[in-house]
Amino acid sequence: MPATMFDKIWDAHTILEREGNTLLHVAFHLCHDGSAGGFAKLRERGLAVRRPDRMAGTPDHYVPTTSRRIEDLANEDMKRIFRAFGENFSANGITHFPVEDARQGIIHVVGPEQGFTQPGLVIVCGDSHTSTHGAVGAIAFGIGSSEVAHVMATQALWQKRPGTMRVTIDGERPFGVTGKDAILAVIAHIGAVGGTGYAVEYAGSLIRAFSMEERLTVCNMSIEAGARCGMIAPDDKTLDYLKGRPFAPSGAEWDKAAAYWRSLPSDPGAAFDREEALDGAALAPMVTWGTSPENAVAVTGRVPDPAEEADEERRAALEGAIDYMDLNAGQAITDIEVDRVFIGSCTNSRIEDLRAAAKVVAGRRIRVGHAFVSPGSGLIKKQAEAEGLDRIFTEAGFEWRESACSMCVGMNGDIARPGERTASTSNRNFRGRQGPGVRTHLVSPAMAAAAAVSGRFADVREFG
Amino acid sequence: MEPFKTFSAVAAPLDMLNVDTDQVIPARFLSRPLDERYGTYLFHDLRFDAEGAERPDFVLNREGFRGAEVLVADRNFGCGSSRENAVTALVEAGFRTVIAPSFGDIFYSNSLKNGFLPVRLPDETCRRLREMLHEGPGGEVTVDLESQTVTAPDQSTWSFEIDPFQKNKVLQGLDDIDFTMQFLGEIEAFERDYDKRMTWVTTRPHQGA
Repeated sequence: MPATMFDKIWDAHTILEREGNTLLHVAFHLCHDGSAGGFAKLRERGLAVRRPDRMAGTPDHYVPTTSRRIEDLANEDMKRIFRAFGENFSANGITHFPVEDARQGIIHVVGPEQGFTQPGLVIVCGDSHTSTHGAVGAIAFGIGSSEVAHVMATQALWQKRPGTMRVTIDGERPFGVTGKDAILAVIAHIGAVGGTGYAVEYAGSLIRAFSMEERLTVCNMSIEAGARCGMIAPDDKTLDYLKGRPFAPSGAEWDKAAAYWRSLPSDPGAAFDREEALDGAALAPMVTWGTSPENAVAVTGRVPDPAEEADEERRAALEGAIDYMDLNAGQAITDIEVDRVFIGSCTNSRIEDLRAAAKVVAGRRIRVGHAFVSPGSGLIKKQAEAEGLDRIFTEAGFEWRESACSMCVGMNGDIARPGERTASTSNRNFRGRQGPGVRTHLVSPAMAAAAAVSGRFADVREFG
Repeated sequence: MEPFKTFSAVAAPLDMLNVDTDQVIPARFLSRPLDERYGTYLFHDLRFDAEGAERPDFVLNREGFRGAEVLVADRNFGCGSSRENAVTALVEAGFRTVIAPSFGDIFYSNSLKNGFLPVRLPDETCRRLREMLHEGPGGEVTVDLESQTVTAPDQSTWSFEIDPFQKNKVLQGLDDIDFTMQFLGEIEAFERDYDKRMTWVTTRPHQGA
């Protein structure tokens, strides 16, 4: 029977089944400084890490972007967590890149960059954006700290098999449209609960046309549609991307691995539990206006009018979001003024993202109060500097910072002030996500750059 | 893990769609130690203003709902970040169960690991229940896991679905790691075969590389 890519990988990791639940082998466990809770739970019980050879980590959540020194962390609690990171990993013999290592960065950027992230694996991490890694053709999902401890102890997880959904985006790439715009359009289309209970495979000619960086961005935000995971079939682009990465196989091992990877794409005729399609040619640069990632519209669009919403509950939600965001019903997106711009996060901090933003910024000055860039890893930072991107940003008035989760997560000192409005390349526009009372709009790196040099949201397609 | 069998308490209605775990516990509290203050971090920025004063319109600050230990929410409760601290904050504030039409996937499974029961009831039922609670603040709701029922203040009763495998673990308060360890033989056998098939999956230097 024709199988989906999800089925193939799931079945290859099934240890046993009990009452419709699967004990799933975990091929790779990625960790960060926030994984301390898992280590603590393991220690409480006197258990050892079962497979340190299948783990890797780097600190990202609590790491400041203004310094590489523990002494500069925002408070004592953070310093404690940060020290615990190094101790946990060293004591267990786990490959890790501490903050002073050039390979440190955001775990969802570092995983693919180092080649830990490979097709055909079940990959977990104690972070919801683990769905990122599905971009190479893997089952990758986020777990809580109890499950982190469970994986450390058993290298396995109990899982209920999710349904499968295919989201097909066919069509020529319209000018100015990126992977970020595509995934925002998908979330707006299926809704923030639309993917709940499903493993989503993205397919279609536009997805194939996307670079690996863009595919990582697309899968990254699957969780914002509620999906268990997002995945894209491996192809030549995937293999080219992985070849030569430090932890990717080489020589005869590469050939063996590549043969397996080539067998992974969903078979022709494989049945999905649900199918959705978007017209790729109709996509445009997107901006979120509200407090859920599903509140996304084209930059040429307007803030919706709650009066036009028939459902009472939805109308109340629209009104609440518009009120929090301090917008007016029907307001044009390009009339919204911006205070701060953040370019970074596991969604959009890869070299291609920085190049796209720099292209818009080059030769211009920022017209917002503050703008900064936090590259996804130390290696990306170096690469960008070698290309002169840092100078383009700093000459325009941006700050060029170190790598970390930064203002995506608002727990490391990088936050905006209450009432401020940000254009952010991150993944969540939740209330208070970037600091209490802060109003977040999600955009692509080029759109963030366009907002930075315009002082308001602007259509990047007009920047030529 | 504390078993969950049946629980009756005052219930509070939370009329918000997509309550993400950043609302349940803002990120700046995640590095705080687990002490008696932990329950006050729950819904912190919805409950308190920038000066730390209570927001009078938030449900848990209203008469009749202050001591609530059952939450009745709306669609997609607990979406967003995987932080298990969201469940911890609910538990530390006295809650043992939350009823909603749908939940964030990771929140749902985090809950079950902590003896905190997420209950799925249809949209319309949740809406009725929230309305009932608004009309009679202080009303008690009973959640009985054995019979898989929710009983409203007016004694209306609804059944809910839960995976039998999960139900059994929560009823008995079974620890997941202990439970899995009984399959250690199977895990080891699987790993031997997997490591042979997938020789390249390791952080150790590759042989023949």
